[in-house]
Parts: sequence; C-alpha cells; structure tokens
Amino acid sequence: MNFLALFDLSVLDTTMRLATPLLLACLAGLFSERAGIFDIGLEGKMLAAAFFSAALAAITGSVWVGLAAGIGASLVLSAVHGLASITFRGNQLISGVAINFLAAGLTVLIAQSWFQQGGRTPSLLTGGRFEPITLPFADAFSTVPFFGPIYAELISGHSILVYVALLCVPGTWYILFRTRFGLRLRAVGENPAAVDTAGVSVIGLRFAAVGICGILCGIAGAYLATGLQAGFVKDMTAGRGFIALAALIFAKWRPWHALWATLLFGYLQAIALRPDIIEGALGFKVQVQLLDALPYILTVVILAGFVGKAIPPRAGGEPYVKER
Amino acid sequence: MDVMPKWAEVVLVPLISLALAAILSALVILAIGEDPVAAVKLMVSGALGSTYGWGYTLYYATNFMFTGLAVAVAFHAGLFNIGGEGQAMLGGLGVALVCLFIPWPHWTLAILGATVGAAVFGAAWAAIPAYLQAKRGSHIVITTIMFNFIAAAVLNYMLVNVLRPQGSMDPATQRFPEAVHLPSLHELLAPLGISFSKAAPANVSLLIAIVACVAVWLLIWRTALGLEIRSYGKSGRAARYAGIGSVRITMIAMLISGGLAGMMAINNVMGEAERLVLNAVEGAGFIGIAVALMGRSHPFGVFLAAILFGFLYQGGAELALWTSIPRELIVVIQALVILFTGALDNMVRMPLERLFLAIRKSRTAKATKPAE
Repeated sequence: MNFLALFDLSVLDTTMRLATPLLLACLAGLFSERAGIFDIGLEGKMLAAAFFSAALAAITGSVWVGLAAGIGASLVLSAVHGLASITFRGNQLISGVAINFLAAGLTVLIAQSWFQQGGRTPSLLTGGRFEPITLPFADAFSTVPFFGPIYAELISGHSILVYVALLCVPGTWYILFRTRFGLRLRAVGENPAAVDTAGVSVIGLRFAAVGICGILCGIAGAYLATGLQAGFVKDMTAGRGFIALAALIFAKWRPWHALWATLLFGYLQAIALRPDIIEGALGFKVQVQLLDALPYILTVVILAGFVGKAIPPRAGGEPYVKER
Repeated sequence: MDVMPKWAEVVLVPLISLALAAILSALVILAIGEDPVAAVKLMVSGALGSTYGWGYTLYYATNFMFTGLAVAVAFHAGLFNIGGEGQAMLGGLGVALVCLFIPWPHWTLAILGATVGAAVFGAAWAAIPAYLQAKRGSHIVITTIMFNFIAAAVLNYMLVNVLRPQGSMDPATQRFPEAVHLPSLHELLAPLGISFSKAAPANVSLLIAIVACVAVWLLIWRTALGLEIRSYGKSGRAARYAGIGSVRITMIAMLISGGLAGMMAINNVMGEAERLVLNAVEGAGFIGIAVALMGRSHPFGVFLAAILFGFLYQGGAELALWTSIPRELIVVIQALVILFTGALDNMVRMPLERLFLAIRKSRTAKATKPAE
C-alpha cells in the first residue's frame, strides 16, 4: 500500500482545475444565502453562462467577450430569481428549480438554433479559450527538488480564472467580515427586520447579494466551457451546482471553509477519474459510483448534525414582509 | 374573508399562469425561427390525433400522476419533496427485484406485488430525509436533492455490478418474464370492441394511477390523518398546539410521498420497458413538481395537469421528429410553468386581488347607496 500515490501531482493538478468551478459557485451561493436567499439555481446559472460564454467566444473569437456574455446570462437568471423571491416574495426553492430547467432547456434550444450541431457549440480554438498561464520562474524552479515541481505543475500553469477563483476567497472574506456592506449583508440574512429598522433597504441588499451570486456563477460557467473544456455540450455542468451547494453546507457558509470543501470535492472528482491510482494505493478496488456519491453522502452526514452542526442563516428562505 | 372568489383562486389564477407560460413559449419558438402556430398544430395532431398518440400521452400522464401526487401530498404537509426522481429510481429497483426473483403465476398478482415493492422502495428512499428533517432539522429540500444523486449512484452500481446479465454490456437487467407482462390499453380495450393502437405503451397502470388520485383525495380531505397533514402544513406551530406530532406527520407524509413516486415504476419499468434500465425515470420526478404546482396540489388538478404534461411530452417528441425544434422545448415549457404557477404566483395574484377588491368595493358602494 502506498498512500502517497493518492496525492500524485497530476491528480492534485486536476483537483485544482475541477475545484475551480465548484469554488466559484460555492462562493456565489455563499453571498446569496448569507443574505437570506436560498439558491438551488446555481446549476442553471452556471449552465447558461457556460453556453453563452462558449457561443460568444466561438462567434467573436474573443474569450473575454465570451466571459462577459456568460456573466450577463447568469445575471439575467439572477434577476429572475430576485424578481420571484424578493420582489414577489415567491418560494425561493421553486424559483431555483425553475431556473435550473429554464437553463437546461434554453441552452440546448438556442445552441441548436445557432449552430445546428445537436445542442453544442463548435469547439473553441486558440483565442476563444482561457489559456494556461505560466507563472514567473516556473521553468527555472522546476528543477528544485520537491518544491520545484509543486510550483511548476500545481501552482503555475492554470488559466487566469483559477487564480481569480482563489483570490475570490480572501475577497469574499474581506467583503463579508470587514466591510459595512458585508455586515449588513450578513445581518439581512439573520434578522432583516433589524436591518430595516436601521433604515437600510432589505430589498436593495438582497438584490445586491443575488447580483454578486450571478457574477460568480457566470465566471464559474465561463470557466467550464472556455477554460476546463473547449466549448459547450448539453448539460455540461453535470450536477456541479449541487455539489457547490453541498460544499457550501459542508463549509457552514464560511469563505475559507468553502475553499477547503471545494478542494475536497474537487479531489474526489479528480481521483474518480483515476481508478488505477486508487487501486495501486489502497490495494483494493473502490467503486466509482461510491466516489461519485461521496460528496452527497458527506453533505447528508454533515446536515444530519452527526459531525458538527450546519446551521444556515436564520432568515434564509423566507421573504421579507414589512410590517403594516 | 377571502379577497378572491373561489373560482378565481382555483381556475383563473392557474389559467393566467398557464397563458403566460404559453405566450413566453411561443416567443421562444418564434425566436429560434419556427412557427408557433404550426408547432401547436403538429403537437395536437401528434399527441391527440390518433390512438397511437393518445397511447403515448396517457403513458407519460400516468408517470406524472404518480410523481405529481407525490409532490402534492408533501406540499400539503408543508414539505417540498424534490426527491421524486430518486424515489422513482429506487421504485424501479423494487419493481425489478419483485419481477425478476419471484415466480409470479399471473400479471394480476404480479402487479400487486410490484406495486408494493415499488412503494416500499420509494418510501424507504424518502424515509431517511424525512427522519433527518423531523428529528434533526436537516433541510428536506437539500437532503432530497442529495438523495437523488445518491440514488443515481446506487442504481448505477446495482445495474452495472449486480443485476446486469453475464455477457451483456448494457447496464440493464434482463427482460422480465412473460408472466409479468402488463396488458396495454390495446389488450384491455379489444374485448370491449374498441380498437386502440398496439404500439403505444399506455397500460393498465393508468387505472392504478387514477385509483391513486382518488385515494389521495380521500386521504387528504376525508380522513383524520388528512386533516392533520393539512393543518400541519398550514401551520406547524398551531398543529403542535393541537396535539399533532410534527415527527409523525413529517414521516407519514414523506413516506406516502416517496411511495407514490416509487409507484411510477410499475408504469415505466414494468409496463413499458419490461426491464430496468439506467435512465428509466427520465426527469418525470421533476415534472411532478410542475404538475403539483399546476394542479394546486389537488388530486383532480394533478390528474388534469398530468394529462397536459403528457400531451406536451408526446407533442414535443413529435416536434423533435418532424421539425428542427429539439425536445428540450418541453423542458423550457416545464420551467416556465414552474416559474409562473410556483415562484411568480404573487405576480399573477396581486393584480387580480386588487381587481376583485375594487369590484367588491364598487358593489358594496352601490348596495349601500339607496339606504342613505
């Protein structure tokens, strides 16, 4: 048995790349849920963003136009969610379900209408994708034992959005815990009446949170279609929005924990791609299905409160009604 | 006093929501360069123009009745069961085990056994999230979503590693024995002198689905348990004050809900495929949400909404066959129905309430005038 083989550099490298969309979506959900708006539509927003970023990148040849289009598409769905759950005080969960289906259907419908390739976009060429960035000195350091390969392979050589996602973690922490906006945002998720009494707009804050959620989901989706893969295929998010939701619960709605949780779930996805490594390291075969289901099982265990208790923001899921 | 008369609440609001969803769907069809009127015509002729079309429409409707009732029962208890998909998958597993490993002499007995198997497996899959909600306060929406994914993994494991016949590459069970073949509507209606398409998959489970609609209606509105479920759904706190145990109601409502979702499998697994395949449920569990919302959680409403969605499904398949509109159009329509009848309910309701209030005011004003 050789447990170290489980942490093969190539697996860890894949972990980074697979964790990035999870991390972005998880932080997106964090903003929304901290403000008291449940969002099970992360999946749909990512999917819409993935399609529109790939489509626009394919048409214009510019990945940045694609990114903007992806964020725009995700924001439109966020606006629908906000309209339904904030303005019209509808059921946030039902709205999320609707958004997921809307994205799943519309992306294929539009893809078929624009490209006639059976619900996918054309493969993206250079310029239409986010290319890996080699960090300074990566080549020079790669000969240094141990740290050299880690720097050269694991840390360097990802696309810019990976680094953006990582920077979003301290960014989110700073915004939520060190700014007035963040304090109010958290307060609106715990006790909106108090925020209202203080003369701050509950509706405005919640829309801001849902908007930030849209932007982050947009980046996550754009990364899927233009960074991780080269183009959009039907249902390409493949449940990542829900894994991000699971990670959010796992992280108990905290930014740094979100990073660890998404890295863990990203690692599970990465190792599931390499059954040979698992068998070599553990000496027995682990069912792929078990690895697939593990993030969800872990989340249920956490939710059940057997390993620490995950307590969501108190006003989560409830529309705010001013007293009359 | 209610602001709106009952007929407006029950008929007008859903109809307006549906109309909004239909208008937006038409705009979507226009936007992708197709003709909405021609599309509707094709859907109607494809889904309702022949007994073949009707056979598919009713087959899909049977699935949606079960999953719609499942969501509706949970809604009555104030619970949102998003896990119909996973429960129906497990129900399929239950049906497969019952059909493959018990030597049934006749289909009439087999369908009883399969119904029990499907319901027990579906209910068992709903039991864990229900228990966690009732006892440990874990949010049932999140746990049922997680259980959908876990169910997919379980089914995948069972089909690939356990139930797959030797030498077969296809992740599916072997065909069920001939004795458990359920009569299709063709075979049922032939003795009555009605000729019904032989190829269509609608079968005797349709009757069971209708019985289930009636049974759920009786349960919810004609039994003490139903009253408890409804009062718990209206206000958990008030119900507890009245001595209704929240753990008990949560468990019972979810077990019934999961059982109903699981029972869908007698239609799609036993009635149609006659073996268990990987993607047997095909999203019917989620369509149950749209069906329950549209049917206002009333069994008769669910019945009508299920037929409507059956029509959309079959019509959508015809569209995909004859035009360049992909099947995903139905997913869009489904999303719009969920959006308008569920999440944006207040958008439709608020102006209507204002309208009815204005009408009532002007009426009372007129009525009081002569007295002056």
